[in-house]
Amino acid sequence: MAASGIGGMRAAGDLVARMELSKNMRLDDAKRYVAKKLGVDPFDLSDVYMMREAREKLDIGVVTAMPNASRGIQSKMKIEDLLDIRINCCDNYRARMKR
Amino acid sequence: MTEYVSNMGDGSRFFTTRKQALDDIGAGVGNAVDCTGVSELDANEIEHICDIICCEDRVVGVKPGREVVMTEDFGANRLGIDSGTCGNGVEIGRREGSLIFEKSFSMDTFELGHTDYSIKAVKPIIAHEMQTMEQMQMLMTIPLLYGAMPNMGLYYAPDGPYGNPADLMREFKIEEAMEAAELAADHMADDIEFVSVKMQEAGCDGFDFDTAGSAGDGDFVGTLKGAARLRKARPEANIIMGMSGENVLGIHGSIEYDGKVVAGMYPHEQVKLAEKAGVNIFGPVVNTNTGRSLAWNIARAVAITRECVRKADIPCHPNMGMGVGGIPMSETPPVEAATRASKAMVEIAKADGI
Repeated sequence: MAASGIGGMRAAGDLVARMELSKNMRLDDAKRYVAKKLGVDPFDLSDVYMMREAREKLDIGVVTAMPNASRGIQSKMKIEDLLDIRINCCDNYRARMKR
Repeated sequence: MTEYVSNMGDGSRFFTTRKQALDDIGAGVGNAVDCTGVSELDANEIEHICDIICCEDRVVGVKPGREVVMTEDFGANRLGIDSGTCGNGVEIGRREGSLIFEKSFSMDTFELGHTDYSIKAVKPIIAHEMQTMEQMQMLMTIPLLYGAMPNMGLYYAPDGPYGNPADLMREFKIEEAMEAAELAADHMADDIEFVSVKMQEAGCDGFDFDTAGSAGDGDFVGTLKGAARLRKARPEANIIMGMSGENVLGIHGSIEYDGKVVAGMYPHEQVKLAEKAGVNIFGPVVNTNTGRSLAWNIARAVAITRECVRKADIPCHPNMGMGVGGIPMSETPPVEAATRASKAMVEIAKADGI
């Protein structure tokens, strides 16, 4: 991970992973897509300083235990909107909340 | 002449010169070309591998901006299990373990898995796995898949209902051995569909078929059939398929998928069938030779994986662990070897992830 990983939620690794998984995007395409949505350069996606600020601003989850921040499914619902994708557990959650 | 610290394929340390490393790289690439029919690495790529091997720093890494996505197998069991599966024997719940991997180890994706980690073993406890998945999806932010080995060996006697092809072939019952493999493959595909669709119902981000083909060509075909059924039943599922070895063993010998005999296939051929089955990310394997040097093993792994990445229309995450992907066959792989293999696989083979 330290040698070649993007850095998960410390940076934008989970977001790039979601585009590879959900749209079969190759790495460079997935990075370009996420970078465009975040308004940054693909080079910046592993910059933990920039990504921490972006994640806090968008409230899409950070690695530290920050009070009043979205976490878990709350973050994922915002990630759906950010990346314009559907996430299975969010669909389940919405379906179960209908009364 | 300057000597550099390096490793053999079993993890032991030795010293190499740049000339020896270059010779080993050439031999490793040559072996890859002979065995699998992939193309040669060019002079720049060979020099690049040599620079990585002969870097005097203990730990190396990719250039900033070249980082890739990390996927994994076995989930948080990795921390707790200590039964010959390279775990640490640190008892910890799967929920806590998964959050540790997300928050502390910075994984890009993660997965839930049963301690036995086989499809057949998950079937009777599916309700437990579903509720655990539902709870974890509330807590976790990174993609959380469910992972299991197809493990077709469990469908053969004495553990399963079908005759064991190894035993049947020893008795020259070739037709019966082939039939047993076909029946086991279909049975396993049924179980894969049941388990994977149920986990998808529980809000899973997708399914990781780990060590596909471990029981040979029938195992690979059964896994492909199971993946295709998941894709049809739940089009939104994110499917990862990682192989068990570099070559599909011909235990059956002539079993086909999509009109192609799968026995003997190497990664650049396997990936096309995975795409056909609806897989999103493919995990090629290249086995490590313990009697060869790190330079030889990395060169061979990179040459074979590069061809797979080139032929693929989906992302490729080569398996980089103990005994695969150029990394030494050791329960405690040297970090200097693991990081060198990782850097070479990303920068030269152009892997989309690891």
